[in-house]
Amino acid sequence: MSSDLLDRIASGDRRALARGLSSVEDRAPGFRDLLRGASGSAGAAHRVGLTGAPGVGKSTLVSALTTEARKRGRRVAILAIDPSSPFTGGALLGDRVRMTDHLLDQDVFVRSMASRGAQGGLSTATGDALDLLDAAGFDLVLVETVGAGQGDVDVAAEAETTCVLFAPGAGDAIQAMKSGLMEVADLWVVNKADDDRAERVRADILSSLMLHDPPDDLDERVRMVSASTGSGVAALLDALDARLDQLEASGARAESRRERIRYRVGRAAAETLREATETSSSDALVDDVLQGRSSVHDAAEALLRSVASTSSGEQP
Amino acid sequence: MSRKIRVLVAKPGLDGHDRGAKVVATALRDAGMEVIYTGLHQTPEMIVEAALQEDVDVIGLSVHSGAHVPLFRKVLTLMQENGLGDVLLTGGGIIPAEDMKMLREEGAGRLFGPGTATSELVSYIRESVNQESA
Ligand SMILES: Nc1nc2c(ncn2[C@@H]2O[C@H](COP(=O)(O)OP(=O)(O)O)[C@@H](O)[C@H]2O)c(=O)[nH]1
Ligand SMILES: [Mg+2]
Repeated sequence: MSSDLLDRIASGDRRALARGLSSVEDRAPGFRDLLRGASGSAGAAHRVGLTGAPGVGKSTLVSALTTEARKRGRRVAILAIDPSSPFTGGALLGDRVRMTDHLLDQDVFVRSMASRGAQGGLSTATGDALDLLDAAGFDLVLVETVGAGQGDVDVAAEAETTCVLFAPGAGDAIQAMKSGLMEVADLWVVNKADDDRAERVRADILSSLMLHDPPDDLDERVRMVSASTGSGVAALLDALDARLDQLEASGARAESRRERIRYRVGRAAAETLREATETSSSDALVDDVLQGRSSVHDAAEALLRSVASTSSGEQP
Repeated sequence: MSRKIRVLVAKPGLDGHDRGAKVVATALRDAGMEVIYTGLHQTPEMIVEAALQEDVDVIGLSVHSGAHVPLFRKVLTLMQENGLGDVLLTGGGIIPAEDMKMLREEGAGRLFGPGTATSELVSYIRESVNQESA
């Protein structure tokens, strides 16, 4: 069933893709089979992450970049992640409001995802969703993070190129420094360049980057755009293209893909283990620690062993 | 991970504000659903395409323009054409009872008049979606 679904996804069936994305998000039966099939064809799309504080203009810039990429004939997919409420599990996913220009374009696919309890600005299934979009043959995949303003750093592990956005009155360099966002950027993008105060934001970014070990091409990598007027957006896409070419030519792209897979294997293993701790089968292990018969670490070892012996899962 | 109910909330037509749609969207979120909010001035084509990409269980339309009958009809037709026949179409606005009845017979779900408690909509969606997946 899932290889059939994958065939439909690869042939451009958008309904099949939507279904497949739900399947990986819900960890529905068969989702591992689907991803196994997809991993073979993954690797072509440029995976670009956009992060930054709420209101910097992530959604607007995603839409503007999409407009530009479509002019160049690229097929574009967008994953827009918004937070789930930790209390109700509900989520209000509103990024589409800024992306309506592309709604009837068959070569643009937009999917809103709730973070579903994951920290770090993405959802647990984001990497898997990226693989499916890649298998569906998109050339460019744009990932908009939650943008909670702090610690949206996971995107750097999932994306090949990370853009951290700033704007007058929204995200500033000091905040980004504190949350570790500054370091994960490949490109620092000052949005709302139509606002007089944007130059000042750029100067602040440059001076804070100077304090550390700035790349040689720093000036090139701190970019000014106006997502709402479109100014600087074509040049930003040029910069993204140039970066991809450079990664490809140097072999760094293949290397980063390896690292990304390594990271995701760890995350997937952690997910399985966390699920195991949430079932009643781990009660006995917890009781042993409570009653002083073992330590937390002994219990963890035992849990690992029991997961290893029971996880038949869906073997190839 | 348990399946979340996903709902697309849209405001078709040309009339001005989306306060009602936002109240509904917030209420559904607070009831634990994932609500995709698409904003104002959506055409039936845009609504159905968004519903397809987002793989929603429910489409909720807020219509206050008086044009509810052609709008709901158009959305129903496009849903059929795009293989979304199993998605629940509901919504609300100033809709006379006989129009509600007629649209129901044509395949829409329950429609709600102005002033309906959002809790009623929440339980209706929960019951309908659970029946569907049971
Ligand atoms: N002046 C100006 N406003 C912008 C620009 N880009 C986005 N905005 C506005 O900034 C606000 C937040 O934009 P949004 O894309 O939703 O930001 P996000 O929260 O980071 O996704 C909206 O009111 C946009 O219209 C820009 O280039 N210039
Ligand atoms: Mg946004």
